[in-house]
Amino acid sequence: MGKGKVNSLGLSREEYKGRPSTLCPGCGHDSISNQIISTTFDMGIEQHKILKMSGIGCSSKTPAYFLGRSHGFNALHGRMPSVATGALMGNPAMRCVAVSGDGDTGSIGMGQFKHAIRRNIPFVYIIENNGVYGLTKGQFSATSEEGQELKYYGRNDLPAIDLALEAIIAGATFVARSFSGDSKQVQSLLQAAMRHQGISVIDIISPCVTFNNEPQSHKSYDYGKEHQISLHEIQVVAPYFVDGKEEITVESDAYEQGETINVDMHDGTIIRLKKLDRDHDPRSRIQAINVLEQSLREQLFITGLIYYEEPRPTLAQLEDVYEGPLGTLPESRVRPSAQALADVMAKFK
Amino acid sequence: MVLEAVPQPTTQSNATNGKIINDFAFMVATKNGSGSQTSNNVLVKSLFNMGIPVNGKNLFPSNIKGLPTWYTIRVSKDGYTGRRSTTEIAVTYNQDTAAEDIANLPAGGVCIIPADWKWGHSREDIVWYEVPMKQIMKEANVGSDFAKRVENMTYVGVVAQMFNIPLDEIWKALLENFKGKEKPAKLNFDVVKLSYEYAKENFAKQDPYWFEYDNQTTGKILITGNEAGALGSIFGGVNVVAWYPITPSTSLVDSVLDYQYLRKDPETGKMTLVVVQAEDELAAIGMLVGAGFSGARAMTATSGPGISLMAEFSGLAYYAEIPCVIWDITRMGPSTGLPTRTSQGDLLFTHVLGHGDTRQLCLLPATPEEAFEFGWRSFDIADKAQMPIFILSDLDLGMNNWMSEPFTYPDEPIQRGKVLDAEQLEGFIKEHGKWGRYMDVDGDGITYRTLPGTDHPMAAYFARGTGHNELAAYSERTDDWVNNMNRLRKKYQTVREMLPKPISDIDPVKKVGILSFGTNDPAIEEARDLLEKQGIATNYMRVRALPLAKEVTEFINTHERIYIPENNFDGQLYQIICLDHPQDLTHLKSLPLGDGLPMTAQWLFNKIMAVEK
Repeated sequence: MGKGKVNSLGLSREEYKGRPSTLCPGCGHDSISNQIISTTFDMGIEQHKILKMSGIGCSSKTPAYFLGRSHGFNALHGRMPSVATGALMGNPAMRCVAVSGDGDTGSIGMGQFKHAIRRNIPFVYIIENNGVYGLTKGQFSATSEEGQELKYYGRNDLPAIDLALEAIIAGATFVARSFSGDSKQVQSLLQAAMRHQGISVIDIISPCVTFNNEPQSHKSYDYGKEHQISLHEIQVVAPYFVDGKEEITVESDAYEQGETINVDMHDGTIIRLKKLDRDHDPRSRIQAINVLEQSLREQLFITGLIYYEEPRPTLAQLEDVYEGPLGTLPESRVRPSAQALADVMAKFK
Repeated sequence: MVLEAVPQPTTQSNATNGKIINDFAFMVATKNGSGSQTSNNVLVKSLFNMGIPVNGKNLFPSNIKGLPTWYTIRVSKDGYTGRRSTTEIAVTYNQDTAAEDIANLPAGGVCIIPADWKWGHSREDIVWYEVPMKQIMKEANVGSDFAKRVENMTYVGVVAQMFNIPLDEIWKALLENFKGKEKPAKLNFDVVKLSYEYAKENFAKQDPYWFEYDNQTTGKILITGNEAGALGSIFGGVNVVAWYPITPSTSLVDSVLDYQYLRKDPETGKMTLVVVQAEDELAAIGMLVGAGFSGARAMTATSGPGISLMAEFSGLAYYAEIPCVIWDITRMGPSTGLPTRTSQGDLLFTHVLGHGDTRQLCLLPATPEEAFEFGWRSFDIADKAQMPIFILSDLDLGMNNWMSEPFTYPDEPIQRGKVLDAEQLEGFIKEHGKWGRYMDVDGDGITYRTLPGTDHPMAAYFARGTGHNELAAYSERTDDWVNNMNRLRKKYQTVREMLPKPISDIDPVKKVGILSFGTNDPAIEEARDLLEKQGIATNYMRVRALPLAKEVTEFINTHERIYIPENNFDGQLYQIICLDHPQDLTHLKSLPLGDGLPMTAQWLFNKIMAVEK
């Protein structure tokens, strides 16, 4: 993005930023914030229609560092999903980008994580996963790999929880894994996730440069760079959108037949996946579970769009909720009439 | 009754030619899940329709089927609706508790008991009406599918015959109970009729108790506090109800669902009220906080164990200044406690809910009318205060049927407090140079908020439970922290004036006062009449909100002795008054009860007489 370039709304990338980061220099989380800024800028998203949500932890501080013109809520540890649920029920017209961490999601917030998925609350749920508790100075988290050693806490003898697997099992319709060092892939996945009309879970391995960046750690930069295996190259093709100006034809074919999988999204967007060395179709739930199971057993770091399905109805759709801000409806639309009260009272006489 | 071993004298004898008319109580002992709820409701509704002031209280176990349950029905021509600890009449339809139920009857009392048990006359000083249940059921020839469910109607027929409830009234009440469906009503009514006829032919009236038509319920309704609260919320414009089932609050949300149809948007046909059953109370209140942040009106209903789980989010809502409404239909704690017994034991905990220096707003309804009014008004207060607000009802108000005037339609328009839309925000910035979420430009501690979705480049802010300055930015500065806490305290004082004022009956000549809250009210009113007859004149103030109104200070400063009866073990209102009044308060006498049952006038009378006589 060259300086001075503006998007379809006439805004510069600068205007999608938030406050300066207070995280450690080199933190993987800052890189993810940058990809959120780039993606929303590129897509020409109106910031006032976005809600930023987070829990507690290093990752959860980051919504302050992007989309300065979006309302946000830094909620409680592990409880962001319920706050996001309430906010989106109170105003189903909003879109929501939520940031959590491996402690926030995998330990204290596991219940809310899975139940938000089960209800299909439509938001982008980013897990900035560094396998360690940073703010309390380096304890193991539930996603730390078995056998890992840390300075003060010794060896982790417990198996890691795979949050992408948990998401699929809970019923998520968009599940991806990525690496904060792979900005291109993170952006592609974010673009697709922003267009998904159900919950999208993106588990992004994001090294902690202070407490968990030893080359042997599976969540370090060195390990990530050397071991990351992308399932696909990802291209997101939106039907009515190139910089908001002209329509493009989604049928244009960048890849040879047989080498690509076109995943059709609900809004007409196509996620075009170019096969790499593996044969993975993200539209198969069983394949997705197999890929994650295999990567766990073989200690592979597989990234990309792991699972996708046509979204189920969201909770707001199931409940047939008014699709705008409920809190600003006039009294005549939210307070039943005096006659309605009289009719109810008659039933109790 | 098992729970009350010592019979107490009845308060009054109202004999007319040897008859006691519309001034006694009876108790129905059955097994939980046996279908007696219908029988008891039909009796209460019949008496209500006869114009007799009536109150029914269900004393039930934490169990689905099989454990003992007692239902007490009190009729009072003087309009007293408080619980009575003894009843003159007992329907003993539970063999497991019959011995004690019979033992608890006063001399001259009446026992209605299945003849099939061949119980015998274990007391000679009471009247026995023995109902051949099996024979009547056989005659009724109800299919075996229904027999167990309708056999309790045998006591309804006997009660109707022996104490004078016309069969027409029973039929009418049955129809109401089955929402106009004649088939189930008739199935039950057949059993009632047979029992009624059996009693007419076989029982000689040996007791003095009679129901007679009166006109004291004309225009009134019979309703539970939970239904009232649900209706209040609906007319208050609630948008999001998130909850986790817990006794005794569940019927409040059930009622919201019953009347949700009232909240179909007249313009789009979409719902403006959504109910979400959460995975636990943590998530339930989390959803409220999210909805409140987005500008929607959000409510939950829970009880003590749920309040414990909500402590964390209550602190966040207080500190991040998010409006929401939390109903606590209080049951007896600590811990799981007595899930089906009433209590006022969450007052102190709720008032300071959240770690750190937190002070929460509490509303204290005593009647269904107040439950309705606080149901809608709480949203206006929460929005104006930008605070969570707790409505402390209890099991007695929430789950029992109370006589009430029909509810008054909200007399004020919906008030959303200091919310800026894009245009108003522009005006604010012009006037003040900038806008910050926590800038106190009015000096009342209450600041202006914007809602997500506001299309203005300066509208956004990042809500947080961490330390923040007036621009809502993270701050660890001492002055930012202290300034913010001072402002929150100023806001608390502002909001004190927005809360419902106490209800008082004060004559400056009287020097003895009673200060209380909530559902102790009927017992207190009755006890005051009893005390008056002993020459002890009392003033009465019933507080309806925390923080306490200034009028409370005046009340405690103008009486020689003040009794503070309340239905918890530690005297929590008394403690809160002591916290608020750093002065000599030795003239305050705490009268805590906390036995799981609604307070009785006799108990309070005895407590006060012990000092005053």
